[in-house]
Amino acid sequence: MLKRLMTTAAALLLAFAVGGAHAQEKLKVGFINVGPKTDGGWTQGHWTGAEKLKAALGDKIEITFVEDVKEGPDSERAIEALARAGNKLIFTTSFGFMDPTLKVAEKFPDVKFEHATGVKTAPNMTFYNARFYQGRYIIGQIAAKLSKKGVAGYIVSVPIPEVVMGINSFMLGAQSVNPDFKLKIVWINSWMDPAKEADAAKALFDQGVDIITQHTDSTAPLKIAQERGLFGFGQSHDMLDAAPKAQLTAIVDNWGPYYIARTQAVLDGTWASQASWDGLKEGTVQMSPYTNMSADVAKAAEEIQAKISSGEFHPFTGPISDQDGKERYAAGVVAPDGDLLGMNWYVKGIDDKLPQ
Amino acid sequence: MRIELIRRPERSTTMAFLSPLLAIVLTVVVGFFIFAAIGVDPFRGLYVYFVEPLTTDWSIQELIVKAIPIILIAVGLALCYLSNNWNIGAEGQFTAGAIAGSALPILLPDVQNFATLPLMLLMGIAGGMLYAAIPALLKIRFGTNEILTSLMLVYVSLLFLDWIVRGPWRNPQGYGFPGSVDFSDAATIPILVEGSRLHLGLVLVIVAVLAAWFLLRRTITGFEISVLGQAPRAGAFAGFSRTRMILLTFMISGGLAGLAGISEVAGPVGKLDVVISPGYGFTAIIVAFLGRLNPIAILVAGFVLALTYIGGEAAQITLGLSSKTANVFQGMLLFFVLACDSFILYRIRFVSKPRAQPSGIANASG
Repeated sequence: MLKRLMTTAAALLLAFAVGGAHAQEKLKVGFINVGPKTDGGWTQGHWTGAEKLKAALGDKIEITFVEDVKEGPDSERAIEALARAGNKLIFTTSFGFMDPTLKVAEKFPDVKFEHATGVKTAPNMTFYNARFYQGRYIIGQIAAKLSKKGVAGYIVSVPIPEVVMGINSFMLGAQSVNPDFKLKIVWINSWMDPAKEADAAKALFDQGVDIITQHTDSTAPLKIAQERGLFGFGQSHDMLDAAPKAQLTAIVDNWGPYYIARTQAVLDGTWASQASWDGLKEGTVQMSPYTNMSADVAKAAEEIQAKISSGEFHPFTGPISDQDGKERYAAGVVAPDGDLLGMNWYVKGIDDKLPQ
Repeated sequence: MRIELIRRPERSTTMAFLSPLLAIVLTVVVGFFIFAAIGVDPFRGLYVYFVEPLTTDWSIQELIVKAIPIILIAVGLALCYLSNNWNIGAEGQFTAGAIAGSALPILLPDVQNFATLPLMLLMGIAGGMLYAAIPALLKIRFGTNEILTSLMLVYVSLLFLDWIVRGPWRNPQGYGFPGSVDFSDAATIPILVEGSRLHLGLVLVIVAVLAAWFLLRRTITGFEISVLGQAPRAGAFAGFSRTRMILLTFMISGGLAGLAGISEVAGPVGKLDVVISPGYGFTAIIVAFLGRLNPIAILVAGFVLALTYIGGEAAQITLGLSSKTANVFQGMLLFFVLACDSFILYRIRFVSKPRAQPSGIANASG
């Protein structure tokens, strides 16, 4: 019996090895993700991008999509395992993978690494991000127009610049409609925790908020909005299926074109380490259809979207003051990208203390 | 036919030895059927999960890296549990040790000499010890339940870590992102094998295992631990101090957990970060029991548990399985260990026909 088991195992191994040899001709592309691909938000956005990549270049590449990798020391092993498995292009799609990605990149100079939403680069490592703040300005305006009480709730994960930038952009959008607009902010210290996200949404609604938005990954807050007959915005992925009556629009991450372009560059041998930060114009950030609102509000949203997309208007255009009233940008001055990527202060009017 | 559990006249040493092995075998067998049920070739699944991680130098090194903190913590917990003190808060002591030891490279980054790392390790041990002393003193002074207090202190420490790396200890050059400055080379645990992450912590593990074994088998203190654990009244008549023992075992296990914490941040992590452990302090509880609270056996058990982590990752990458696979295997392992442990005190009897008379010895409660 044992002998037969061993023979079977050996045969399987052989089959596996042969299969591996055959696949070697294809470029192996790996993805490391912080959540499950079915989260309905951030990770699903990358999954959708990976599927588009497969549809476009599927005959030349082989994709490995690793889910639920914890940020921290363990992620280094997961990234290295992908590199060791022969992946030549590896996308690590959460902020906390930055240092581990850099460490593995130093050990595997012939493998290309791309880290989402980070700030560090190396000859074989680059970072990419999307200008989500553009969408946040639009939904800020919508929230200010639709909120009967002039107050929105914001469920946020961790106070990194990316998130602070989003809060500020949302508030600037809302203030452009209603200068006295108020924002209630709840930090849940996690990117993906449906139970906590739902609790935060309930708490916000209980406090009288009638519109919520989120910088977390699950559809739980929108489902609560739907239960309460109130409204919210989808995050990272169109969440209309989860909350058809509550979603006003969603800021959709469309990573597909970027993944296709970068993979093609590796295939062509033209890949270079260059940071990328695209937005509405390039189509990396998209707004899902404006629903559950009047035609006027939807039309105004489309107009500001067109202006941001064409570059005619930048959400961070002065005058902008911080919470203490100090002027950060004079009238007409646009905040440079470097400032946005390191943003660690709130704009005037936000009644919350940034966790320090 | 019925099956009865009969209490053995005395505990079976054979079963005490066999039970964990039996549990591992049962886990593998059930794993076989789980793989088959979810459409993965079971042979390949088990190979990828349990064998492949042992086939390359790199994965063996990673296995050891993973096992280092788990074993360090579990050895300390074993002493605690043997003395009938239930420290469930090793994760918190791990965190406290990491924070205490990190104070040096973060607050005095320019102090870089031969003493930097040893000092950090000592501070880490002290941090873990002091943090473990809290539930111990509460138990001694107020008779509180140490299971609850030590567990709740875990969350206190994690939130404190969260606060300190986002606030006062945040890297000023970190673009506002959480996490401390990267530790200098002098504040980093030396690597044993060039090009890998295998660090000096392995030596600490071996020293801790041998020291714990020596303490238990060759010293009066070790004898006191087992007497007070198994027969507190006998211990009291012998003049052994229960309060001293509570404090001692908590401080030893806290110190080892703290050492594991500082070794982890001064090693694989490289700085004090928001997340420094995937739950080593809790995994170590499984390891302590899988190793029968025996330091040498814990060494082996630690590698088995580390294998379930590494194998789980391999299964995710190679077979595309869910990341929850590792949790399922760890859960099964603990379940089977506890179930098999029943056979240390009980044996099974098959009864072919109903008994004529009620029995006083039949005892079905596990």
